[in-house]
Amino acid sequence: MSSIAIPGIKARTGATDRSDSLRPLALAAPLLLLLAFSFGAPIVLLLSRAVYEPTIANTLPQTIAALRADSGAGVPGEPVFRAFAADLKAAQAGGTIYEFAKTLNTRLPGARSQVLRLARLAGQDPAATKEAIIKAAPLLGEDQGWAAIRSGTNRFTSFFLLSAFDLRWTDQGTIGAVPSAQAVFTRVFGRTFLIATLVTLATLALAFPLAYVMTNVRPVIAGIVLVLVLLPFWTSILVRTAAWTVILQKYGLLNDLLLWLGVTSDRIELMYSRTGLIIAMTHIQLPFTLLPIYSVMRAVQPSQLRAAQSLGGRPFTVFRRVYLPQVMPGVLAGCLLTFILCLGYYITPVLIGGASDQLISNFIANYVNVELNWEMAAALSFVLLASTLGLYVTMTRYLGLDLFKMG
Amino acid sequence: MKLIYRTTLLALLPALASAGIMSQIRSAAAAELTVMATGGEWQAALRKAWFEPFAKKMGITFNEQEYTGELGKIKAMVETGNVPIDLVTVETSTVLQGCDAGVLIRLDYSKVADRSRFLPGTALDCGVGIDVYGDVLAYDTTVLKEAPTSVLDIFDTKKFPGKRAMRKAPAQNLEWALMADGVPIADVYKVLATPEGVDRAFKKLDTIKKDIVWWEAGAQPPQLLASKEVVMTTAWNGRIQNAIDKDKRPFAIVWDNQIVEYDMIAIPKGAKNLDLAYKYLAYAAEPEVSAQLGRHIPYGPVMADATPFVPKDVLSKLPTAPDHMKAYLVGDVEFWGDQGEDLVKRFNAWLAQ
Repeated sequence: MSSIAIPGIKARTGATDRSDSLRPLALAAPLLLLLAFSFGAPIVLLLSRAVYEPTIANTLPQTIAALRADSGAGVPGEPVFRAFAADLKAAQAGGTIYEFAKTLNTRLPGARSQVLRLARLAGQDPAATKEAIIKAAPLLGEDQGWAAIRSGTNRFTSFFLLSAFDLRWTDQGTIGAVPSAQAVFTRVFGRTFLIATLVTLATLALAFPLAYVMTNVRPVIAGIVLVLVLLPFWTSILVRTAAWTVILQKYGLLNDLLLWLGVTSDRIELMYSRTGLIIAMTHIQLPFTLLPIYSVMRAVQPSQLRAAQSLGGRPFTVFRRVYLPQVMPGVLAGCLLTFILCLGYYITPVLIGGASDQLISNFIANYVNVELNWEMAAALSFVLLASTLGLYVTMTRYLGLDLFKMG
Repeated sequence: MKLIYRTTLLALLPALASAGIMSQIRSAAAAELTVMATGGEWQAALRKAWFEPFAKKMGITFNEQEYTGELGKIKAMVETGNVPIDLVTVETSTVLQGCDAGVLIRLDYSKVADRSRFLPGTALDCGVGIDVYGDVLAYDTTVLKEAPTSVLDIFDTKKFPGKRAMRKAPAQNLEWALMADGVPIADVYKVLATPEGVDRAFKKLDTIKKDIVWWEAGAQPPQLLASKEVVMTTAWNGRIQNAIDKDKRPFAIVWDNQIVEYDMIAIPKGAKNLDLAYKYLAYAAEPEVSAQLGRHIPYGPVMADATPFVPKDVLSKLPTAPDHMKAYLVGDVEFWGDQGEDLVKRFNAWLAQ
């Protein structure tokens, strides 16, 4: 933005620019390699789980061959059932049956115990008929059961990414919405963005005037204010969140104070509520919004404002035409930083938010830690990462903000 | 330059040598066993009842770690091939899940104890029972003037107004919801296996949704009662009993319609001290040893032949005391193994509405 463009000069100096830019790149190579191996590769590997799920295909080689020969849709014929039983028997012997059952259960709830029962049956009775198999596993007598198996035989799957948007393949082969009782992720994504927006606006409302005051007081006082702002910044986020619990709880400090002052007549519910969550998140995020704004405000020359005023500009015009354009990059950088960090909040919603204030990170953590469904976690992470990057690119492209230049 | 290298090397040599000797000494000395448990008062009780006596008996070091009971952590260890633990305590449904995912090893019961000596449902393929606990209702006697008589009273907001706490999970809550809606205990899982039954359970939970505070860690219910954040809460009986006995809290437990569950211990795949881990399991299955935990936290033994060794004053506080078994449901592990993931998702969707 601030660079002066001279037409044609770039082309002429291009060759030297390139060799000059290679040298720092070589110097940074160790760091880049470290980043690629310790950061890039794991992310790519984990995210690839969102679309690559080979368990079902690996377990069912004979079934896949038999299904290819079986032309119809829906419940297939006798040979496929026989192949399926043989595959399960092999999986039982190879010890992979449980992982298969669990994977299929994700797509076909209730399949787990039926598959395990069927595998035991196939072990005892190798000549089990279609009828006997359906009796042991009723889901295999239904169209939806075979729709799940057919889609699972493809190693590359859109199941998890579609699920992240509350969508699924219907039995007719079209994309449709999941039943409303199961639809959770679009709502949670919406909520995550809403809370991030609210917190960003709240920090901006606090940070802008504060930064302005800090640039216009004596350096000593500005320093003290800065330390006060930064002090909680040096404390662990967990400690700060726990401290807010003490303040916000029903018989906590804030409620005691409000009652004593007579502001409220009854104790208000701040813990496990969205209000409490936004208060705590705003406090934690304040320095992130404040510091970029403060740094650009300090660089604004007071003489320019005086010049504008002496040329007849009214205070508001001076603010809008002279001051605001100069501090805008800092405001946008601070807000973007806070917004993006808010998208990934995890511990504060857990401890202070209510059940309907859980953000997308909480769901990702649940799938990683509790459900062991890393595919679903990867799909949700992918959507979060893609939307965050999309937002970042939009901001830098269309609002003319360049964070790299800022640094 | 060379001189510097040589002197550095000379200076380093003794250090290197002694480090080598030290590491040898360490490996020659006491064997080690590392257990990862879910912490809190329960882990402290396990330590006093079993870990410390076992370490003393075998002359080994017993290391402890804590975690939140999530299988993801163990899965990450197994997948990266770096398993620093030999034993891990888990919930029953987690045993099934870990078994399926190949994270926990299938146990060789010939090295533990005869399977018939365990209470039914406590000797699983990948996990051995540790104790019997009850999911109960607890309240503060100084807050509630009228005492609730059944866990299902948590659904009665007319008689007992105010916030109530429940565990943030579908398990137990859906069962209680059906029981409160009039389903006989024997039919609970049959009804819950149908889509209509699930709808019915969520509909019942809807009636108290706005009054519920959700807890996740076992230490939370006594805290929620103590801070008067809630008037009643579902809880694990031992946590409340210890708050009554040790912290002298004015709490009381309601046993009627409790759900009986088991804690489990398992061996993760790739555990380095497998033999010692099996020795520990065999030790904890001895009748007299099995009964020791009750002295420190009122959870019952899983060994059928251990009851005579449980102290009398402890017996009356156990979920299995005759007085407490008038109406109870035993948690169905297989059901949750099947429907768990789906119901958790539905539960989360319901929470988000």
